[in-house]
Amino acid sequence: MTRTTWVLGRLLQIIPTLLLIGIAAFLLARALPGNAVLAMLGDRASDATVDRLMHQMGLDQTIAAQFWAYITAIAHGDFGTSTALRLPVLRVIADRLPVTLLLTGMALFIALLLGVPLAFLAALRANRWPDIAIRTVFQIGLSSPIFYLGLILLTVFAGWLRWFPVGGYGDTWPQRLHALFLPALTLALSLAAVIMRSLRASILQVLQAEFVDFATAKGLAPRTVLGRHVLRPAAIAVVTLIGLNVGALLGGAVITESVFAVPGVGRLMIDSIFARDYPVIQGLTLVLAVLVSLAFLATDIVQVALDPRIGPRFGK
Amino acid sequence: MRVRHFSLALGLTLLAATLLCALAPALVAPYDPLAFDYDALLQPPSAAHPFGTDQFGRDVLSRTIAASTIDLEIAVFATVGPLLIGTLIGLLVGYTGGLPDIVFGRLVDLVVTFPFLVLVIAIVAILGPGLINMYIAISCVGWVFYARLMRAEVRIQSQQDYVAATRVLGFRTPRIVFRHILPNAVRPVLVYLVTDMALAILLGSSLGYLGLGAQPPTAEWGVLIADGKNVFTQAPWVSLFPGVAIVLCGLGFSLTGDGLAELLRIRR
Repeated sequence: MTRTTWVLGRLLQIIPTLLLIGIAAFLLARALPGNAVLAMLGDRASDATVDRLMHQMGLDQTIAAQFWAYITAIAHGDFGTSTALRLPVLRVIADRLPVTLLLTGMALFIALLLGVPLAFLAALRANRWPDIAIRTVFQIGLSSPIFYLGLILLTVFAGWLRWFPVGGYGDTWPQRLHALFLPALTLALSLAAVIMRSLRASILQVLQAEFVDFATAKGLAPRTVLGRHVLRPAAIAVVTLIGLNVGALLGGAVITESVFAVPGVGRLMIDSIFARDYPVIQGLTLVLAVLVSLAFLATDIVQVALDPRIGPRFGK
Repeated sequence: MRVRHFSLALGLTLLAATLLCALAPALVAPYDPLAFDYDALLQPPSAAHPFGTDQFGRDVLSRTIAASTIDLEIAVFATVGPLLIGTLIGLLVGYTGGLPDIVFGRLVDLVVTFPFLVLVIAIVAILGPGLINMYIAISCVGWVFYARLMRAEVRIQSQQDYVAATRVLGFRTPRIVFRHILPNAVRPVLVYLVTDMALAILLGSSLGYLGLGAQPPTAEWGVLIADGKNVFTQAPWVSLFPGVAIVLCGLGFSLTGDGLAELLRIRR
């Protein structure tokens, strides 16, 4: 088995997952069948009107027929029409998704920038004051809700100090990066805490390993031992952790975007809930789940690239 | 070791303080949390109002104390459903194995593909905002994590000699599963429960803040913070103190959870 065929095989494995995601998203919207129609027409609509719209939307057909219609429509890129915005759902989502991807990308970058060096610092000074200070701060950070942290950062750095715009987005790249910095920092803090905690533990574990003693014993400089022999196994832990936390990051984006008025899919989700825009909620849930499963796929591939012992034996 | 016991003690102290506020808010709170006082609008913290007052002159300290009842209720009700459903299903699929176990595995793979918060929000969206619907939504998703933990532990316990002994003695399956395996396998699940209560408070207050959980005028920490967000620049204390309450209560649960895990030597 070569690397390429393994990657292709792993890609194929995503198909049943996507199908299951489709079923789940379908059932989600069909949990209360009358709701979508009543939401569009209001409570005082006559029975005849309700029946007519049910028929028009295909809600009077069998579940299997409805599911088939739903899946074929999605396969053709038709996610339905937003009832609030009167636009195709796919277009509404495609307009806002890049904003959320930029936000979560920046958050990931900041989380690594904070989490990795602090984990090394904490592990190398284990149980002394830098370690205790870092762990205390992150423990408090993990207990703080995202919306609260966001509100404080927003008020202090945008409201009082005026270093950043009070939420929103921008037309040019520098404006966008500037506007998204505070929301990205807010979103990054809990992931940074998770990365720091787990990386610290895995560095401490790696430092106990015999190959590290051996590297030191053969006369390598401490910096080389850390950079070459400790970082690589620790990096695998970080990659796994990022993969597992992509969902949490996207979920956190829903809250962060609401606090900072960022026009991404998270804010769209909340707006759609209050507008009872079920097609958009359903489409978003589906798209976000697909994103997470792609992230799981990417994690698997990077893990194999970093550690050949995981996964199949390549070559002969 | 001393540091660990210190954090367990600190966690338990924080929880005891929250519990006192939640059980007897009227005893601890200096004012009626709902009483308007138009002579004392948006007063900064002072001796009379240690946490200041809000836009309607309500005492922020009393409101924060009153809200602890709802938030502790969230910590319990948002976790008891997942705990019961998850423990039962994890116990059954772990002991039976075979097809149910395979189906369960696929289900877990599916659920973890959806961002937890997004799935909960989507279910709340369909059921409608409110505390009860929030509990239902969290139970629909959250049981999976308990079941996964329980299943893994049951698989380990099933290999033990004492389980073989119960079979040799000819005990019936329900007796083996509920009387013998359950008590031995449930410990990691109970420790996870304590940590999960911290997450439940974060989730519950987040949904309250977004307007999807507890509905105003119910005093809930997330709702209180949302109430104060528009005056945050001029009167930060209205939102600041309820947030401190969330952090302290969340710390209480997570320190207790970590401390218990250490004490009972449970690897996470």
